[in-house]
Amino acid sequence: MQAMQKKYNAIMTGNEAVAVGAKLARVGFISAYPITPQTTIVEKLAEMVSNREIQARYVEVESEHSALAATFASELAGVRSYTATSSHGLLYMHEMLHWTAGMRLPVVMSVVNRALGPPWNIWTEQTDTMNQKETGWMQVYCESNQEALDTILMGYRIAESNDVMLPIMSMEDAFVLSHTSEPVNIPEQDEVDAFLPSLDLKYRIDNNRPMGYGSYSTPDGPFMELKVDMMESMKNSRQTINRVTSEFRDAFGRDYSGMIEKYAMDDADYALIASGTLASTGKYVVKKMRESGKKVGLIRLRFFRPFPDREIVDATRGLKGVGVLDRSVSFSASGSVVSEVKSALYGNSSIPVTGFVAGLGGRDVRVEDFYKMFDYIEKGKTGKYYIGWKEAQ
Amino acid sequence: MPFSIPEQELMEPGHTACHGCGATLSMRYVLKALGKDTVISVPAACWAVIPGAMPNRTLDVPMVYTPFAATGAVISGLREAFDIQGKEDFNVVGFAGDGGTADIGLQSLSGAMERGHNVFYFMYDNEGYMNTGVQRSGSTPYGAITTTTPIGKDRNFKKQNKKVVADLMMAQGVPYVATATIAYPEDLIRKVNNAKKINGPKFIQILSPCPVGWYFPPEKSIEVSRLAVQSGIFPLYEFQNGVLKVTKQPRPVSVREYLSMQNRFRSLDEDDIKKIEKYAEERMEYLIGKEKETQSS
Amino acid sequence: MILAPLADRSSRANHTDSWRILKPEIKYDKCIRCMICWKFCPDNAFTVVSGEELESPNPRVAALEAPVIDYDYCKGCGICANECPEKCIEMGIETKMVI
Ligand SMILES: Cc1ncc(C[n+]2csc(CCOP(=O)(O)OP(=O)(O)O)c2C)c(N)n1
Ligand code: SF4
Ligand code: SF4
Repeated sequence: MQAMQKKYNAIMTGNEAVAVGAKLARVGFISAYPITPQTTIVEKLAEMVSNREIQARYVEVESEHSALAATFASELAGVRSYTATSSHGLLYMHEMLHWTAGMRLPVVMSVVNRALGPPWNIWTEQTDTMNQKETGWMQVYCESNQEALDTILMGYRIAESNDVMLPIMSMEDAFVLSHTSEPVNIPEQDEVDAFLPSLDLKYRIDNNRPMGYGSYSTPDGPFMELKVDMMESMKNSRQTINRVTSEFRDAFGRDYSGMIEKYAMDDADYALIASGTLASTGKYVVKKMRESGKKVGLIRLRFFRPFPDREIVDATRGLKGVGVLDRSVSFSASGSVVSEVKSALYGNSSIPVTGFVAGLGGRDVRVEDFYKMFDYIEKGKTGKYYIGWKEAQ
Repeated sequence: MPFSIPEQELMEPGHTACHGCGATLSMRYVLKALGKDTVISVPAACWAVIPGAMPNRTLDVPMVYTPFAATGAVISGLREAFDIQGKEDFNVVGFAGDGGTADIGLQSLSGAMERGHNVFYFMYDNEGYMNTGVQRSGSTPYGAITTTTPIGKDRNFKKQNKKVVADLMMAQGVPYVATATIAYPEDLIRKVNNAKKINGPKFIQILSPCPVGWYFPPEKSIEVSRLAVQSGIFPLYEFQNGVLKVTKQPRPVSVREYLSMQNRFRSLDEDDIKKIEKYAEERMEYLIGKEKETQSS
Repeated sequence: MILAPLADRSSRANHTDSWRILKPEIKYDKCIRCMICWKFCPDNAFTVVSGEELESPNPRVAALEAPVIDYDYCKGCGICANECPEKCIEMGIETKMVI
């Protein structure tokens, strides 16, 4: 039974929304280090802690490496823990990202997608998180402030599920979501409590159970089995993701349709795959093109890890062409997302795939740019195209 | 009274430390003093391999393995998480090598100490990156040959003085700071017991001779440790409630004697040895000056 | 259920006797049972037995608990022999060499 779509009851920025999400998830421990454009998340949480709106410890560490190290530790001690970062801060965490996932700790972290220097640039881009795709963290790219809030709640449910036990990073586009106000529905605490039970980490540190947590392994030790188990848990987490997303829909009336969102895909001939807020502009263009009789659609990638390979194969079946929009720098032949899409399609489909790189360093991706991308897709161009790039300035 | 230190053992045999390892004794003594309600966080270092490969553990308390630079932050997180759960009397302990303390982990250590969490931090100081094969660290003393300060054609060795992290911690205002070494386990255990009384950060630097990296025979570990103190090379002190107390030792042993026991000092000439003697002299003067100053105020 | 990297078997399961080239032997007739050898063993390779279990020519010493080397774990580092105030621990060649 699906609940009624709840009325908006607040207007807030994406960063406020995720802070509210963390509060509703009753996180007991928060540790973070400031970086634009994440700062307002942790400022808000620090304020909530000092106003006793939230029963959590807030530890103001001296670096992002330490932020995640402290978060890792408190989670391992059995306390639901949260952190947030962006860009260079996320890179600084890289080692701890592997360690947190490898220790199988269901931490949820908000990441505000921001470009990497040089030159310094605080605007949105996904290179920071694309660089973390092999750290063992699930990745969700949000499109709205509501989704950013809701993903914190769903995130803990998914991550803490016994057969997953992997951390999640939930993304917001810098400024476009993080600092832009939108109407949001804030769920009631008791509804959230019913949806998200408290954490019961089976292997939390217990002095009556002396163990090595992390330890070390020889090549013949369980090392490979542990890593295979992580890969398999990640792959199989799609069942949990789908189950939790539909339970969320039933409880709160908002439907995020699992790993991907299909927009106007039913009878589409051509489609664009995009994520984050670029998908919103894309949807607008799809709507306009539909009005003029073009059979186009859009696939919004919500999860990038686990990668929705089967979902993409299904969603693109029958298309005449598909394009993939990457908002990140990749030195692979195509691009971060498009490589994954191509490998998902390989052997399953022979439709042409067009790769686009756009919006680097927060550059606007305009409505005209989307028309151009659909034009390329229709023409069946394959290869990699830079969109909105000013040649030889 | 034959047992001068607690009988309880929380470090089991069957571990894989080298013959005569000082770092291993440091852990054994620290756990004797702290008892069972303890969780230990260890970064990359010899101590991350001493327990042996999975599925082995060698401690009878939980031991959390962490990345090299993370100790200070990890114990901060553990402390807060245990406090939330009402386990305030759990000892939360960082146990890191000198590289993990003086170098890559200094920032996170300093942060944890500044924030004032109720934690213990033990730096087992074997004066080099031993686990990776005896490279120079900030805590390697002047005059030591390491694999990254090899002799070569120019009679090379480490040309900089030891970065003494305990002194840094004192300067930072950490409420309890002490130095200790394995030749004096009673003193070490007494210091841990004093530290226990303080609700706040505690830092103890334990000189832990390493036969492999200092190039001396394994049976001499305790002797080398004793001589480090008796020669004045490694003064033992305790700093609490703003007052410094140097454990003054009669100095029956010369610096020269200490150096000559270890092959890592083999390329020193007369002038170098004089330099080291002078350094030891000056450090002792500094500590005694600080003792007078803090005790009178 | 998932696999987490946890290590929970005591290292006591590993005997380190094959590491030994030199073998310490306590001469109990000279041993004063000061426990200094026990105190300084990095391998925790001593067990402590009650006084009755071992003989000693000295009746005052005989009542004290005594150190006994556990050869499953002793690596033969020689610290005990070096630190023994009575010089009553002898380092001999390990004859049971595992090759
Ligand atoms: C980030 C990182 N850099 C380098 C290493 C390699 N490494 C492992 S242990 C070690 C040396 C540890 O030295 P120290 O902290 O003095 O402890 P010890 O080995 O001497 O006990 C190094 C350099 C690592 N594990 N992680
Ligand atoms: S290298 Fe040195 S510190 Fe490391 S285990 Fe061996 S003796 Fe101990
Ligand atoms: S030789 Fe070393 S390992 Fe063996 S009992 Fe003596 S101190 Fe322990």
